[in-house]
Amino acid sequence: MTSTAAVRRIVKPVVFLAALGPFGWLVYNAFWGDLGVNPVETITNYTGIWTLRFIVITLAITPVRWLTGFNPLILFRRMTGLFAFFYGTLHFMTYFILDHSLVFAGVWDDVVKRPYITAGFTAFVLMIPLALTSTQGWIRRLGGRKWNLLHRLIYITAIGAVLHYFWKVKLDTTFPVYYGILVGVLFAARVWQRARKASPARVPVRANPGAPGL
Amino acid sequence: MLIKKPVDVRESEVTPQSWYVRRREFLQVAGSTAVAVAAGAAGPLFSGTSTVLAQNPAAQKLENLRKSALSTDEKLNSYRDVTTYNNFYEFGLDKGDPARYAGSLKPRPWSVVVEGQCGKPGNYNIEDIMKWFPLEERIYRMRCVEAWSMVIPWVGFPLADFVKRFEPTSKAKFVKFTTLVDTKQMPGQTEPALPWPYVEGLRMDEAMHPLTIMAVGLYGEVLPNQNGAPIRLVVPWKYGFKGIKSIVRVSFEESQPMNTWQRMRADEYGFYANVNPAVDHPRWSQASERRIGEFFKRRTLPFNGYADQVASLYAGMDLRRYY
Repeated sequence: MTSTAAVRRIVKPVVFLAALGPFGWLVYNAFWGDLGVNPVETITNYTGIWTLRFIVITLAITPVRWLTGFNPLILFRRMTGLFAFFYGTLHFMTYFILDHSLVFAGVWDDVVKRPYITAGFTAFVLMIPLALTSTQGWIRRLGGRKWNLLHRLIYITAIGAVLHYFWKVKLDTTFPVYYGILVGVLFAARVWQRARKASPARVPVRANPGAPGL
Repeated sequence: MLIKKPVDVRESEVTPQSWYVRRREFLQVAGSTAVAVAAGAAGPLFSGTSTVLAQNPAAQKLENLRKSALSTDEKLNSYRDVTTYNNFYEFGLDKGDPARYAGSLKPRPWSVVVEGQCGKPGNYNIEDIMKWFPLEERIYRMRCVEAWSMVIPWVGFPLADFVKRFEPTSKAKFVKFTTLVDTKQMPGQTEPALPWPYVEGLRMDEAMHPLTIMAVGLYGEVLPNQNGAPIRLVVPWKYGFKGIKSIVRVSFEESQPMNTWQRMRADEYGFYANVNPAVDHPRWSQASERRIGEFFKRRTLPFNGYADQVASLYAGMDLRRYY
């Protein structure tokens, strides 16, 4: 078995189950444990932070590949991206159902009036086309270049998610700032890589057949 | 001669070890009761609404409490809701922090300094203060500026009675309250989260309103540390942050005091802080609230449902400007 095949068959299912862990924790505590005095707030905060974490993990995969040269990492990018969308959907639905009782006019009122919702809603909505076009079929249909261009929307989603978090907290912006720095570093890595590639003096050793650079 | 050393932390103010160790069990009981209530349909997700009122069995009971016509008959939030989910930044920014860390507060011995424009300034012992007035139970709605609410059975006495005792002069237009500053007792004060000490204030007519109370207890027991022991303010038609906790100083002032949250962010928090669904917080809506224990939001009422009693205090005032 080649190492890529091993990653596919063994590591991938393990990572998949691990990524379901936060959801499992929520379900377990909702039925057999304890979600605290304000369960709706717990669910909202928990699904929100895991959305952001998966966005960051997804953005980290390509730079970590450059850094380590461990190319099979690319096999996980679609999965982590889809988990970001999964937790983002849970987060949005909690807000849509429990805060707005499924009345979209209420959501729209927030989107228009409240910057933190504008940012969060934008971040979520832009993930929808990414999730829909995440299949091999769609990559073929769009072609690598167009597909890559479309999937740069993840950068706007990441910025939106951090701003959403930053504007939401009442006082303590420590964690939103940490996530902002993380996202900033991951953006900077891309700019740096692009500059390196553009420089004719050095040709970086990058063997990643079929994988988009960004 | 046997000289008894005063115990600085009352037995009743400490969560008993046995109770702490068995906390999961209490929650389980709460959970299973909720399950029973919901005929097996609900899990501990609903335990927030359970009717199990697990008071602190070691807490000192407050006897002979008068009932009040000013109390609401709405369903009470549980003792757990009230004592494990609140803001008290002197102990940390998380709403679980007060319950976790307020054990370091020593609410006895405690004295309150009364000063400013009044005839009888002085330094008054909390034990004496509690004997000055008959204690009443006041069941009030509490609406946090963060858009959640609870129904809480406070024990206390009208602030008006307290104020009258000190014979405020005609120059006294406002009452200013100050919380203790002591980083040993209030570890959150080592962080500059807010400019310490916490300061709040009321206009004299607000202070004299029969709904305004000084609370010294909760659920028929002495006030737990995390809820502002030994004495705190409760003004039910205003956002919760007006209810300053662990008060050490009451001052009668000629001019309007600068309260902490207004000093912190004047565009978001004002002096009056009356509950008002029509005036949003700049970052979130105040039109609705989540009553702790309920899943869907409910509409917020003007003056938190106390408009009939208090709206006249603000007649002619632009409540958009004086938020």
